[in-house]
Amino acid sequence: MANITVYSTPTCPWCKKVKMFLDTNKVAYKDLNVASDVAARKEMVKKSGQMGVPVLDIDGHIVIGYDEPKLKELLKI
Amino acid sequence: MYDLIIIGGGPAGLTAAVYAARKLIKTLLISQDLGGQVNETLRIENYMGYQFVEGPELIEKFNKQVTQYPLEQKVGSKVSSVSRLDCHFEVKTESGETFQSKAVILATGKRSRSLNVPGEAEYRGKGVSYCAICDAPVFTGMKVAVIGGGNSALEASYDLIKMAEHVYIVSLTPLTGDPITINRIKDARNLTILLEHQVEKIEGDKFVEAVHIKNIKTGERKRLEVAGIFVEIGLVPNSEPVKEIAALNQWGEVKVSTTCETGVPGLFAAGDVTDTPEKQIVIAAGEGAKAALQADRYIRNLGG
Ligand SMILES: Cc1cc2nc3c(=O)[nH]c(=O)nc-3n(C[C@H](O)[C@H](O)[C@H](O)COP(=O)(O)OP(=O)(O)OC[C@H]3O[C@@H](n4cnc5c(N)ncnc54)[C@H](O)[C@@H]3O)c2cc1C
Repeated sequence: MANITVYSTPTCPWCKKVKMFLDTNKVAYKDLNVASDVAARKEMVKKSGQMGVPVLDIDGHIVIGYDEPKLKELLKI
Repeated sequence: MYDLIIIGGGPAGLTAAVYAARKLIKTLLISQDLGGQVNETLRIENYMGYQFVEGPELIEKFNKQVTQYPLEQKVGSKVSSVSRLDCHFEVKTESGETFQSKAVILATGKRSRSLNVPGEAEYRGKGVSYCAICDAPVFTGMKVAVIGGGNSALEASYDLIKMAEHVYIVSLTPLTGDPITINRIKDARNLTILLEHQVEKIEGDKFVEAVHIKNIKTGERKRLEVAGIFVEIGLVPNSEPVKEIAALNQWGEVKVSTTCETGVPGLFAAGDVTDTPEKQIVIAAGEGAKAALQADRYIRNLGG
């Protein structure tokens, strides 16, 4: 099983879409809310060089935004 | 050769797909993504049948309804041009594929307008954002600029004044948003409103550090130190693929008749990309249905 972290905000539709995709494919993940979790926010910006959500960390591979082809490739779906 | 190619997978295109499939016409749906602008909202309260539904959820339902029919879909492809040859159409994608059909429905909707200034593309996601509801919290405690003066700019500012250190609204025109929205923000202590200012460039290092603006009346230039720039300057229609063959209005929307005809026989258009008044999901869906029924009639009249 891949180790997956989703950095998201509760009001972000694309984050919802990413989580729906993972749920539909029965992939487990850790969801960090960067709106309230300051440490997670800093970690996300540092890891990804991005100031926007969603960001995913899949075993060290960073995926920016809702990128379905990339997710399928990394998760071998 | 397909009977019909539907371009666009938003409410208009997906509804057209269901109607076309039920008419048993050989159809191909080509779209960059599934859902279009509906993916950009978590609060829909005016689509019939749902008191409340989130955009991604509504689109999943739409897509389930589409995929119960045997219909070809190419999602992830961008159409670059539609041309009319003799009695059929040729649809080209950016990746170089071509498809032919007897009729076409253009349902490509709208996209956020960009500023078209140096630094904008480079710093996209690195301080430049087109989704305030998504990214606002990432800028907690920082200085930000919101570009635009309409409702979406004012709503973004309303969210941002609660978390940012300072918010600048930079607008080319006086504020055009609803007075009630203006009243909600205008007394905020961490807000500066700069009217009749134009954005000239965005600069930074790894992330955005400043935006350069110019007063269009006096010519005076300013540099605002900000970490975030929220671009909220409206939408533009994705009518580029048909701009050589169909008539567009002054905003670039495809002109259509009440039956979704464009004036080019066999080319129909539906939803936000057209000059049909009011841009709403229920309207785009209704127009998509109408376009598919008209296209079916057109294809049957061709015979063969
Ligand atoms: C933030 C926000 C909130 C909104 N809230 C509401 C609301 O609460 N209620 C409501 O009714 N409406 C709402 N709307 C408006 C509504 O989303 C639109 O009216 C509706 O989505 C229009 O549908 P459409 O199918 O015409 O176009 P779109 O939804 O724009 O879909 C266009 C489709 O075409 C595709 N496409 C574009 N160009 C190409 C190309 N060259 N090649 C291939 N594919 C292409 C896109 O990928 C997309 O799939 C909202 C819009 C926004 C932005």
